[in-house]
Amino acid sequence: MKARRITALVTGVVLVMTGAGCGGGGDKASPKTLTYWASNQGRSIQQDQQVLGPELKKFEQRTGIKVKLEVIGWPDLLNRILAATSSGKGPDVLNIGNTWSASLQATGAFQSFDDATIAKVGGRGRFIPSTLTSTGAAGKPPGFVPIYGLAYGLFYNKKLFADAGIKQPPRTWQELVADAKRLTDPAKKRYGVGVLGASYTEGAHFAFMFGAQQGARLFQGNQPGFDSPQMVAGVKQYLDLLGTDKVIDPADAEYVNDDQILKDFAAGKFGMMMIQSYATAGVRENGMKDDEYGVTQIPLPDPLPAGGRKVASHVAGINIGVFKNSGNKDGALKLVEFLTGPEEQKILNAAWGSLPVVPQAYDDPRFQTPAIATFRKVLAEASETLPMIPQEAQFETLVGNTVKELIADAAAGRPVDDATIRSRLAAANKKMQAGG
Amino acid sequence: MRESRTLRWARPVVLGLLALFTVLPLYVMAVSSIKPLKDVQGRFAWLPTHVTFRPFVDMWRTVPLGRYFVNSLVVSLAATVCSVAIAILAGYAVSRYRFAGRGTFMTAVLSTQMFPGILFLLPLFLIFVNVEKYTGLRLYGSRTGLTVTYLTFALPFSIWLIAGYFDTIPRELDEAARVDGAGPLRTLFRVVLPVAAPGVVAVAIYAFMTAWGEVLFASVLTDDATRTLAVGLRGYATQANVYWNQVMAASLVISLPVVVGFLALQRFLVHGLTAGAVKS
Amino acid sequence: MARTVTAPGSAPARAPGRPSPRRPRLAKALPYLLLAPALVAELAVHIIPMLVGAWMSLLHLTQFFIRNWTQAPYGGLTNYRVAVNAHGPVGEDLLHSFLVTVAITAVVVGCSWLFGMTAAVLLERPFPGRAALRTLFLVPYALPVFTAVITWRFMFQRDTGMVNALLSDQLRLAHGHPFWLLGDRSFAAVTAIAIWRMWPFAFLTITAGLQSIPSDLYEAAALDGAGSLRLLGRVTLPLLRPVNRVLLLVLFLWTFNDFNVAYILFDQPPAAADMISIHIYNASFITWNFGLGAAMSVLLLAFLMVVTLGYLGIGRLRSRHA
Repeated sequence: MKARRITALVTGVVLVMTGAGCGGGGDKASPKTLTYWASNQGRSIQQDQQVLGPELKKFEQRTGIKVKLEVIGWPDLLNRILAATSSGKGPDVLNIGNTWSASLQATGAFQSFDDATIAKVGGRGRFIPSTLTSTGAAGKPPGFVPIYGLAYGLFYNKKLFADAGIKQPPRTWQELVADAKRLTDPAKKRYGVGVLGASYTEGAHFAFMFGAQQGARLFQGNQPGFDSPQMVAGVKQYLDLLGTDKVIDPADAEYVNDDQILKDFAAGKFGMMMIQSYATAGVRENGMKDDEYGVTQIPLPDPLPAGGRKVASHVAGINIGVFKNSGNKDGALKLVEFLTGPEEQKILNAAWGSLPVVPQAYDDPRFQTPAIATFRKVLAEASETLPMIPQEAQFETLVGNTVKELIADAAAGRPVDDATIRSRLAAANKKMQAGG
Repeated sequence: MRESRTLRWARPVVLGLLALFTVLPLYVMAVSSIKPLKDVQGRFAWLPTHVTFRPFVDMWRTVPLGRYFVNSLVVSLAATVCSVAIAILAGYAVSRYRFAGRGTFMTAVLSTQMFPGILFLLPLFLIFVNVEKYTGLRLYGSRTGLTVTYLTFALPFSIWLIAGYFDTIPRELDEAARVDGAGPLRTLFRVVLPVAAPGVVAVAIYAFMTAWGEVLFASVLTDDATRTLAVGLRGYATQANVYWNQVMAASLVISLPVVVGFLALQRFLVHGLTAGAVKS
Repeated sequence: MARTVTAPGSAPARAPGRPSPRRPRLAKALPYLLLAPALVAELAVHIIPMLVGAWMSLLHLTQFFIRNWTQAPYGGLTNYRVAVNAHGPVGEDLLHSFLVTVAITAVVVGCSWLFGMTAAVLLERPFPGRAALRTLFLVPYALPVFTAVITWRFMFQRDTGMVNALLSDQLRLAHGHPFWLLGDRSFAAVTAIAIWRMWPFAFLTITAGLQSIPSDLYEAAALDGAGSLRLLGRVTLPLLRPVNRVLLLVLFLWTFNDFNVAYILFDQPPAAADMISIHIYNASFITWNFGLGAAMSVLLLAFLMVVTLGYLGIGRLRSRHA
């Protein structure tokens, strides 16, 4: 038996080594077909397929290349990409959350958009410059190009504001807290603010955003600084809405799907929510008319703390990339060019409620609403890119989950003070250092 | 036999509580599947205010449930047939022959039951990919790959169970067949197997259920075209929304064939277990 | 399982396949030929991948190398050192997760066995509705795990779930609406679901065991005037010992290794319900450190092997003394 085990070991190792070692063989796929992994941008995977289907048909008519579409839900997307990366067997073209850009770029599995490559998809000049800031590590050619733009905004219910005698949306964080307190009436089950408390991505984004307002830097080079006093203050600024000011329904700590707060917002259960631009589509679907709510920039503390930066959103969005192992790179780049062209940008972004990444698309009246104007202004004037370093994905999971746990604690009525926040963030920091 | 008063009093209470514990989730599943989405998203109510069968219609469109159903059925059936066949052969060898390495074989096979799935998930995935690269045999993202994986999941327990069952079958039957000139395989298939039918059915149920419900490997080893129900059900929960009523309706529909099949055949499982386990 | 693992030597003597005079060599090879398919399948899907996984645990297999992972630098036992260092953040969490899993497993195995035993004994004697109850009790075991757990997840939601509606609003056993899927109560949630899924198997196995106890043994003991409880202690339990021994081991392994319940229930389990399988999964897939994840899996496997062999060893010693 011993001998057999050794034989098995050797066979297994040889089998795998010879295979993985030479890597990148790639599929000898027909040049007439492409596989495209799209992220779930619509209200359901089915909606994504319905929207993208006709567009990809258009592409086929123009180029003769047939696109096999697979829409992958967010919970599965990163794992599927990792599986594709480790096996060399993946799609030709794929969408990613833009904050993963540098992390995925570091795997070396994706075609980088050097000058020659990016020229094939219309050149750098095609894209709105800010959207190109979250496409890969600084100093390297982009690993991906943007396809859909997103930004955070503060959505507020006009009627609730009027009923509470609030004349205009808050212009400072202090005003936001004060307005929220005026709106809150637990006896009537009405609150000032709604959040997706159990969403770790939201937690990570807010930690970054509020931390930046307090002057925090997530990383110094590659060294994480999640537990700096500024980060603690930033996370506290967010958590105090629930813990100290009690303007958030504790039930929100369990919310993770957009509709859970969108429905409450449309039903007037709370007055304000900080959410990304795609929510406009969902609010409408939950029965609230476009003129019943307003969107403004998430207000900043006034005055900004020393070293604090004007950050009301990260440069959010979705990127598109080409798998290095693609058997049909030219076709793949053609698809990227097609999807990022002004015409498709109008159709697709209008369907998802996201922001076009090429300037010409904004000619379309659908993108000339006050809400879109606000989001564009946020991106242009008050946004910052999440650190484009390979460890970014780990930051999101570690800090995001820490914030999620702290929200759960605050919702359960446990005091969440500076010391608690600092010790939890310090644990995340240590894990980050140990994990890398 | 006399029965104490305590026992007579305790029986309905204890059994009632256990029945309640068992039935509550089943009730919730059933009642939520006939509520409109708005109702399942609100406070829980024991009885539906509006009864609707829309979820049972909509669920086929929200996710390609039909395709997932076919995938699950094909993979589970194939894995069941293969693992039962392999278990019969192995079980017969273990039950009827003494050979060098017999104990080691059983120990090794059974110890695979202990392997954490996480440990061999990624390597298995890489092996699948490389097998395809060199032989062209598509394993990753195919039903074949999933079938091969699942048939081994049920195998250890199946071999053990079926060997135990064979042990209860008198050896004289084999001898008689052999005297009549039947070879070992003929003896197995013509004489032993018919008597062992309950054991075989028990193993088949177990193998089918194992394959039908597996989540972890299915989530990594399948793609959109080959996705099984276990993973596909997650499609009802997107970033935007969770269609709880459709989830419950789909769960009900997915569970029904397995539960009915299991309950119809459970006496074989009891029988098979009795034979196998008690011999230990 | 115990039938060969515990007592390979004491297996009943078998009539060796009598070598047929015509093809003696084939007859000798026959058992191996019969085993071959099983062996190949196990090697391909379990043993070889496991060894590859063990090898991965020696590599610094992070995101930078997953594409070409044979190029990952050899790290020796570094991953193991990180995993077992209980003062480091990674080891500390692993230890915590391990202890949580031990606690959950203890409660689940204990309750499942107790429920199964109780139900099996109470259902031994015929009464109206017995068949229906027996059938009902088996349903959770037959239900595919994801449908069962997703239903429970729905029930455990704070404001729209059945559990709080029942406990707080209707029975008034709890004040307000507690969270079940967040914080410390998640331990109770995950445990309840695991018991719900597991105890029917205990019930089924013990029922099968009870059926094989000859009824004349009971009658003899009853003639001696033994009451129900003493019958249980003097006849039933001792005779069920072999069944129970296997049953407890299987329950232990299934619960300890379980991935599905916590995964479907939480996505990212709270600390109080951080079952070890999903902890390792997260350590590998979320921080993209597959070498470290593999090292943790190997440690888990080693632990399970030690426990299993120890358990079976003690069992064997006892049965020898008996």
